[in-house]
Amino acid sequence: MQGQYIKFGKNLVTTEEFLAEGHTFCTGCGEALALRLACKALGRNVIIANATGCTEVCTSPLPVTSWRVPWIHTLFENTAATISGIEAGLKILMKKGTIPERDIKCVAVAGDGGTSDIGIQALSGALERNHDFLYLCFDNEAYMNTGIQRSSATPYGASTTTAPAGKLSIGQTTWKKNLPEIAVAHNIPYVATACPSYPFDLMNKVKKGGDIKGPAYVHIFSPCPTGWRHDTDLAIEIGRLAVETGIFPLYEVENGRYKLNVDRPKLKPVEEYLKTQGRFRHLLDEEIERIQEHVNEEYAKLKAKVAHSTT
Amino acid sequence: MSKRIGLEASHAAAEAARMADVDVIAAYPITPQTHIPERLAEMVANGELNAAYIPVESEHSAMSTCVGAAAVGARTFTATAGPGLEYMHNVLYVASAMRLPVIMTVANRALSAPLSIWGDHSDAMSVRDTGWIQVFCQNSQEAFDMTLWAFRVGEDAGVLLPVMVHFDGFHLTHVTEPVILPEQEEVDKFLPKFHYPFALDPDKPMTLGAYAPPDIYSEAKIAQEVALRKSKDVVIKGFEEFKNIFGRCYHAVEPYGMQEAKTLLLTMGSFSETAKVVIDERTNRGESIGLINLRLWRPFPFKELRQAVKGAETLIVFDRCISFGGPGGPVHSEIKSALYNMPRRPKVVSFVGGLGGRDVSMKDFEHVIDRGREIAENGSKGLYETVGIRGKVTDIRG
Repeated sequence: MQGQYIKFGKNLVTTEEFLAEGHTFCTGCGEALALRLACKALGRNVIIANATGCTEVCTSPLPVTSWRVPWIHTLFENTAATISGIEAGLKILMKKGTIPERDIKCVAVAGDGGTSDIGIQALSGALERNHDFLYLCFDNEAYMNTGIQRSSATPYGASTTTAPAGKLSIGQTTWKKNLPEIAVAHNIPYVATACPSYPFDLMNKVKKGGDIKGPAYVHIFSPCPTGWRHDTDLAIEIGRLAVETGIFPLYEVENGRYKLNVDRPKLKPVEEYLKTQGRFRHLLDEEIERIQEHVNEEYAKLKAKVAHSTT
Repeated sequence: MSKRIGLEASHAAAEAARMADVDVIAAYPITPQTHIPERLAEMVANGELNAAYIPVESEHSAMSTCVGAAAVGARTFTATAGPGLEYMHNVLYVASAMRLPVIMTVANRALSAPLSIWGDHSDAMSVRDTGWIQVFCQNSQEAFDMTLWAFRVGEDAGVLLPVMVHFDGFHLTHVTEPVILPEQEEVDKFLPKFHYPFALDPDKPMTLGAYAPPDIYSEAKIAQEVALRKSKDVVIKGFEEFKNIFGRCYHAVEPYGMQEAKTLLLTMGSFSETAKVVIDERTNRGESIGLINLRLWRPFPFKELRQAVKGAETLIVFDRCISFGGPGGPVHSEIKSALYNMPRRPKVVSFVGGLGGRDVSMKDFEHVIDRGREIAENGSKGLYETVGIRGKVTDIRG
């Protein structure tokens, strides 16, 4: 199955840029890098619908644009519905002969708030209706564009402006909502997690998600120096640590079958990841221990699904 | 040859969408709109209509999906009612500001709470500032005609704005009336193929819906305002073209009854037909009375309205919506404001009734006319009066 997809690797990535320079992403932004790579993987025959958020704001201030591919933004919460209309519109116009038949990839782009909170209804509807589209969630684990407010994708223990750490609080007191699993529950053909620290893996997944007929969901871990309070040269390292500690495992679910893309025999302690970021600085050993236990448990569940998929 | 058959307004609107050969329908069921998407879904399932029917998960997504479909150049249709219209409110502004000619029929319904599935105009009034063209229908024939006309006007290259076609929930949506359906050839003559000049296309990459910093936003919004006001020329031209092909004649403001009557009653939607019976009886008795059926709500027909009321002494406006804490019925307020600077203008009296499907009978219209004249002559303690409310109603004072 995988053989039919072009594999990206060294010297196998186009030098063409679809996201033009001059955008206003913060220095060291993991999302900007991931977006640029995703666009390269998709090529020029795409239409992108973008939710309100960092990506939208950093790329489209009138009268200029960073987009060299057709791009539309309407609102925050409705990107999956907008792309549904684009996909259905193109399909029927081709069927009726109004526009020529061709392969145009319909891609929705949103952040974690636009996906796991305000946009989840539209996303669930679009996945369930089986539109042929790819949904890319760039997860920087809070509402970064509006100033680091917590979302349901914010990890346990992180300090944000609306769930700040204080004398009586550790910050976020709930576990991160598992969006890839919610996507899997829609029985769609393809779900994957990706991280720009693993650029070829990310590009291959985006390409695969775009090529597959039917809905595909790729959840992209996007380190945010501004919101996570880490040095601007650390996005790649932090992304790698998230994977190596098991906090953000890289996996794919193709037609319900799980596959781990980076499987380390032994996970690094979560502390190595947590200590790189100011948002976790207040955590005491016992909280770090709780996080470690949770990660171990979730990782074991994932491994069990992978094991089940190979039997 | 056109044919005359029995149709409820819902099915008449669905027929119009079919004859317009819509490409995409995205709708979410809500009473009393349901018969419209049901009929369209049936047409698609039976191959009577070559369209994508998208059963979305909410009205918010219905309008968002329509926006996406229109942005790739598809002829796009949806329908909703009351709370559904409120739920898509945010997206209504996007459709108009992005100049996407989505056509929507609204089966007018009251808003919660208390929950009411029955008709009034609270929904239509709450969206009057969203930048859509809005027209009201009196009967099933008009539901067909206005829906077809909406495509012609909204998609006009000089307009490119979304259009809302209003007809009263239940009073029209669920009542079968004779409707004349035209031949497809006539429809094709009236309605050219849709060509959207800014369609999303990988060969011509465009950025749609970019954000506007303060030094651009105002210009963008004023441009939109000018476009909506300018659309009135095409609105009128559309009525004329419609008459030339189908023979039925519509106007933005439709006077009825005695010319230059001293007392005028103004209504919108299905109320106008009931009111006409009362007006007929009274004019037969020699009373100086007439009716104004206000068809076009946005862009507001200032010139036509001023012309229609210029000889009148009293203008009684009957609203089907409360503007809570405001100056009276919303239609009445706008009309008062439209006439305020006229050197000679009628006294404007406001009544509110027919809320949440409450029937307004001929007797109620008799009361409104008689009491309206009394108020015009002697004044009233309240800002407006209500119709058919049980028990004593306290004066609604400013």
